[in-house]
Amino acid sequence: MFGFSFRQRKPSSAQTAKERLQILLAHERSSGGTSPDFLPLLQRDILEVVRRHMEIDGDAVDIKLERSDDLSSLEINIELPNASPVKARPAS
Amino acid sequence: MSKVIVVTSGKGGVGKTTSSAAIGAGLAMRGHKTAVIDFDVGLRNLDMIMGCERRVVFDFINVIQGDAKLKQALIKDRRLENLYVLPTSQTRDKDALTKEGVKKVLDELREEFDYIVCDSPAGIERGAHLAMYYADEAVVVTNPEVSSVRDSDRVLGLLNSKTALAEKGDGSAVKAQLLLTRFDQTRSANGDMMSVEDVLEILAIPLLGIIPESTSVLKASNEGTPVSLDEKSPAGKAYIDAVGRLVGEQIEMRVNPGDQRRGFFQRLLGRTA
Repeated sequence: MFGFSFRQRKPSSAQTAKERLQILLAHERSSGGTSPDFLPLLQRDILEVVRRHMEIDGDAVDIKLERSDDLSSLEINIELPNASPVKARPAS
Repeated sequence: MSKVIVVTSGKGGVGKTTSSAAIGAGLAMRGHKTAVIDFDVGLRNLDMIMGCERRVVFDFINVIQGDAKLKQALIKDRRLENLYVLPTSQTRDKDALTKEGVKKVLDELREEFDYIVCDSPAGIERGAHLAMYYADEAVVVTNPEVSSVRDSDRVLGLLNSKTALAEKGDGSAVKAQLLLTRFDQTRSANGDMMSVEDVLEILAIPLLGIIPESTSVLKASNEGTPVSLDEKSPAGKAYIDAVGRLVGEQIEMRVNPGDQRRGFFQRLLGRTA
């Protein structure tokens, strides 16, 4: 109730809010408001390259993005055909 | 059978996105497979309220334009098994939404989900129109305040005329229910705020729930957690009850007293203020 010295162990929800905004806005501003719009193109290119070597379905590529303050990761899963559960998992 | 529910209000800032997130989470908590869609193209915010803003890859517009598959754009909630978010685009404008595109996405979602919650943008233009167009039911979010009630009335008129169900012309209609948010029982009892009955008398639609003004709502949005996951908070409880009614249960309407954490003196002051 009184003072803030008791509450400093766990970040307050206001602190959480500020940090979430800082991370998000840093990304949105740096990309000039056009953040992950390149991803559909990236996906198209990946599909095209893989298709040069094997037959895959348009559904077979799955792209996931995870942003945090110091690092963002892009995870690309490509399901290979022939019912074999082989998965390529390059992440950068 | 799947249901498309639009959360709409006309006026901005009354709690549409908060309510969409809370209702979506509430439905998922009951075991219904639920998707919540952000229709506010260019001003994406549902992702922040639901805490998945860092995981957005593809969006609703990418799916409409065929740049991504629906299952790639749907973000699975990390807390609730049955909850998914379909974020909108932050960079396009509302003209990217088309009737055909929205229909295609909703039809595909209907095959897999029990409930599809459409978070409408404020206003009555394209985004808001398309959010309600294919709805089976509507949750009209209203504050007990003159401009909000007026705008809700306008939106009710649109629900009765400018939706796919209304246009069928066979007497079908979108089932609209009122969700009264930011309600303060003390101020209402003092006559400083319209009562629930006042608002119901004016809008004349069934009442889905009364969400008390509560600090837990801001806290939930700060943390990116749907407020219905805060089951101890007055607002969380009120949303859980409202979701029960939404799925057809008979739950007694409780006017929740709002925050119970207020001290004795604060309450005393609140009464006399």
